[in-house]
Amino acid sequence: MQDLEKYILRIADSTLIISHRLSEWCSKGPTLEEDIALANISLDLLGRANALLEYSAKINGNKTANDLAFRRDDREFYNFQLCEQENGHFGDTIIRQFLYDCFSLLFFQELSKSKDETLSAISIKSLKEIKYHLRHTHNWVIRLGDGTETSNQKIQESLNKIWKFTGEFFETDDVDKKIIENKIGVDNKKLKKDWDSLVDKVLTEAKLKKPEDKDMITGSKEGIHTGLLENILSEMQCLPRAYPDAKW
Amino acid sequence: MQNGNLNTIWDILGTVPDPEIPVISVVELGVIRNVEFIENEYVISVTPTYSGCPAVKTFQDDIKTQLKANNINNFKIKIVYKPAWTTNWMTKKTKKKLKEYGISPPEDIAQCPQCNSTNIELISEFGATACKSLYKCSDCLEPFEHFKCI
Ligand SMILES: [Zn+2]
Repeated sequence: MQDLEKYILRIADSTLIISHRLSEWCSKGPTLEEDIALANISLDLLGRANALLEYSAKINGNKTANDLAFRRDDREFYNFQLCEQENGHFGDTIIRQFLYDCFSLLFFQELSKSKDETLSAISIKSLKEIKYHLRHTHNWVIRLGDGTETSNQKIQESLNKIWKFTGEFFETDDVDKKIIENKIGVDNKKLKKDWDSLVDKVLTEAKLKKPEDKDMITGSKEGIHTGLLENILSEMQCLPRAYPDAKW
Repeated sequence: MQNGNLNTIWDILGTVPDPEIPVISVVELGVIRNVEFIENEYVISVTPTYSGCPAVKTFQDDIKTQLKANNINNFKIKIVYKPAWTTNWMTKKTKKKLKEYGISPPEDIAQCPQCNSTNIELISEFGATACKSLYKCSDCLEPFEHFKCI
């Protein structure tokens, strides 16, 4: 696999998997408005994933976006393990999405400056959407954190539980290094400081305590995952697995 | 008609309604970015409104159907992402059509399409489609949709 193909695939996979997780809320949201909101955010993410998968497939030359989404096993997916974590209760989902939205805002701001025109165009488009996704999750983090004693306690637990998965946002390996050198990719390590202050600001307002960076989870760049990804794939890929020749 | 008359193509595209807001056409929505005639083929550049808008696929199919119905078969549709779609591309006339249809058009301040009041309350930033948010008018009490500015 070419470096650029893999670099794009990693971004696409995180987007696709977290989109799928959010889509699981459809018809189960706590209110009708929230159900619609989560489905809308999920759709934006799915559209972004599709654009990225198509681009990765184009570089590959022999695959389609559908091949990439539906004909790979969990070891061949490179999404952040945060994205595959379970929806849990509403607060768990909101915290997962909030941390990812903060990362996405900073990441796509940098990627929009990429020398690669397609990546830059997809990023500029995505940023318009990320801004209102983040506004939504940011509002909820404050509402739940600075809400009742119970809501504060619950969302603090959500935060403590998922924190160890945020380390992967800021990792770089040899593939990244080459893409960064070519002024196409983003140096994720450099995003950590801004991400910390963005997250800190909201957590403080929400009366939540930021967990420490310790025992952080790693491995997704090598296709290592929690068992949860396999559960997602067995649902997401069930049709192509059962009927390999099925057409849309 | 197989030669390169671009105006005819624009006229045909002007008759393809937005699948979700049928009072405006895909041209008025601003998603048709360019029509060219290259090597005996019309190339229609289309940009998505929102990344995941399910209508994007529908309006591509509708464009194909409408062109074929007008005996135009030598065309292809190209998806472009740059520049990103913005509601600024909508003309005043298009915004007026939206308002008459009952949707508050994409202006910075939403306005009740029924009684023109700006005394309104946001119910949800997310509406029945990706492009709209939900409001309620505090004067006439009618709920309404506002086309988001992006
Ligand atoms: Zn009113």
